[in-house]
Amino acid sequence: MAAVVPAGRPSRPLRRFLRNPGGLIGLFLLVLLVLVALLAPVIAPDPISQNIAQRLQPPSAEHWLGTDQLGRDVWARVAHGAGISLRVGFGVVILAVLIGVAVGLLAGTLGGGWDNLLMRVTDIFFAFPSLILAMAIAAALGPNLNNTIIAVALVSWPIYARLVRANVLALREREFVEAARALGSSQGRLMLRHLLPNTLTPVFVQASFDVGGAILTAAGLSFIGFGAQPPTPEWGAMVSETRSYIAEAIWAPTAPAMGILLTVLAFNLLGDALRDVLDPRGRD
Amino acid sequence: MLSYFFRRLFFVVFVVWGVTFATFFIANVVPIDPAIAALGDNAREEQIREFRERYGLDKPIWQQYLIYMGRLLSGDLGNSLRTQRPVVEDLKEFFPATLELSVAAFLVTLLLGVPAGILAALQQNKATDVTVRILALIGGATPVFFLAVLLQYVLARQLDLLPVQGRLDGFTFPPPRLTGLMGLDALLARDWAAFVDSLRHLVLPAFVLGLFSAAILARMTRATMLEVLSQDYIRTARAKGVPGRGVIFRHALKNASLPVLTLLGGLLGGLLSGAVLTETIFSWPGIGRYVTQSATSLDFPAVMGVTLLVGLVYALINLIVDLLYAFLDPRIRYA
Repeated sequence: MAAVVPAGRPSRPLRRFLRNPGGLIGLFLLVLLVLVALLAPVIAPDPISQNIAQRLQPPSAEHWLGTDQLGRDVWARVAHGAGISLRVGFGVVILAVLIGVAVGLLAGTLGGGWDNLLMRVTDIFFAFPSLILAMAIAAALGPNLNNTIIAVALVSWPIYARLVRANVLALREREFVEAARALGSSQGRLMLRHLLPNTLTPVFVQASFDVGGAILTAAGLSFIGFGAQPPTPEWGAMVSETRSYIAEAIWAPTAPAMGILLTVLAFNLLGDALRDVLDPRGRD
Repeated sequence: MLSYFFRRLFFVVFVVWGVTFATFFIANVVPIDPAIAALGDNAREEQIREFRERYGLDKPIWQQYLIYMGRLLSGDLGNSLRTQRPVVEDLKEFFPATLELSVAAFLVTLLLGVPAGILAALQQNKATDVTVRILALIGGATPVFFLAVLLQYVLARQLDLLPVQGRLDGFTFPPPRLTGLMGLDALLARDWAAFVDSLRHLVLPAFVLGLFSAAILARMTRATMLEVLSQDYIRTARAKGVPGRGVIFRHALKNASLPVLTLLGGLLGGLLSGAVLTETIFSWPGIGRYVTQSATSLDFPAVMGVTLLVGLVYALINLIVDLLYAFLDPRIRYA
């Protein structure tokens, strides 16, 4: 897997990206989402305050997306949930990339016994069905949002370790690495200055997919009670709390579910576009 | 080939050992004292001490691990704190339901994903292709739990088409348990009513569970088919006058099946994860629902048992995929 950034004028990937409709839709959705997340306190009412007299109201001018079984404004909860989902998605991926890249870089550069040891540990984590392990970790640490991030990150890093190691192994044979080594570059310098920058492109592409996946997994954990706890306006927890009222108020579980769908869709579209633009091998 | 097989088998053993280590570690970082969790806050001092001694909790952690491993090797996974039964017995009772659901969902995945992907590739950039791609994008972004809740409501409660909970209706007499797979047991007992009823119960959860992986499989199949169809040997086959259908079925599909095969192992593992959510929503009495209930009540022997079983199944699936791969692709046979 030789994924060195292709030579060429720097503006080309950008221009290619701008011609990719899926990528543009993804970018648009993401920008929208970030805006909603940042502006939630301004554009939406309080997501926690209850008003039992106003429970299960259909969407109206006053309550754009209706109200839930406790009379809370669904739009307010969805808008405030955007920031939570983004924090979880990015938090998981950043943590997973840090662990995975470190493991992969060390394994690929040191080689031999270290490589074997590190990659077998990676295999073990790879062998775990993610949700069950994340659930066990979340249950052990105690259910809350930060522990969800840690739990999902702990099951998400192996892919980066494999990706980076495979790239490092391919790069090690290349002239510029040999040249650096011949010139007396230390092991650490070799890793950080020469190998790391050249493995970042595939990591970046993978990461953009994984943000969506992490949001889905975390929402699933919250849905079964191992993530954000009520009254936190987390989307998965919201679907769970309102699901038994679906007959009277279909908007209450649907709105947060659409939030999840659009967010995951945005990151999947961006991931597709980035792969097409940055990684010339993976293109159709 | 034989040495390759043994190396892979050794790897499975190694991974499962790693899983025991990891689950043991996770269960022991619990900030909650298992003795107090089991006996309650008002337990007396000597009760707690006795509990610790009985379960070996007073020994150093590495000794606890050795004791745990010793019991494990003799097939003892400990007792569930919640059901008060041996975890092995619980797993025997609940695993067949999960197996039944996962296999059915896997069929949904294959029957939807592969044809959709092939069709899209053959009609590249035409209406069919665009439709499949959009559906696959949406399918891959839809939270399984919401789809389950929505279909339960629309198909079952509104239209009254399908049952929404459990494996059989309350008034259907369950067939004698032989395999634990309800449909098969009903067939073996020649109980057609129970067979039909169990299938009706299986449809919705299997569809919900399979849809996400079907979306991923459709994308992968399409991409692989497109790549294969652009290869020189396809052009050669066409130039030689092999009819269109022959090219697709004999040449393209065979070569496209290899990369797709590697994906299937991962997808099947993903189904086991998804089963946790699906079983919880459909009250499906499998290990997914069991592990959720156990984790909620901090029943770690049960959680460790399920994790171990699922890790083992997952490793075996990957072993089978690796062997199939080596069998189908002579290039990596002795690698």
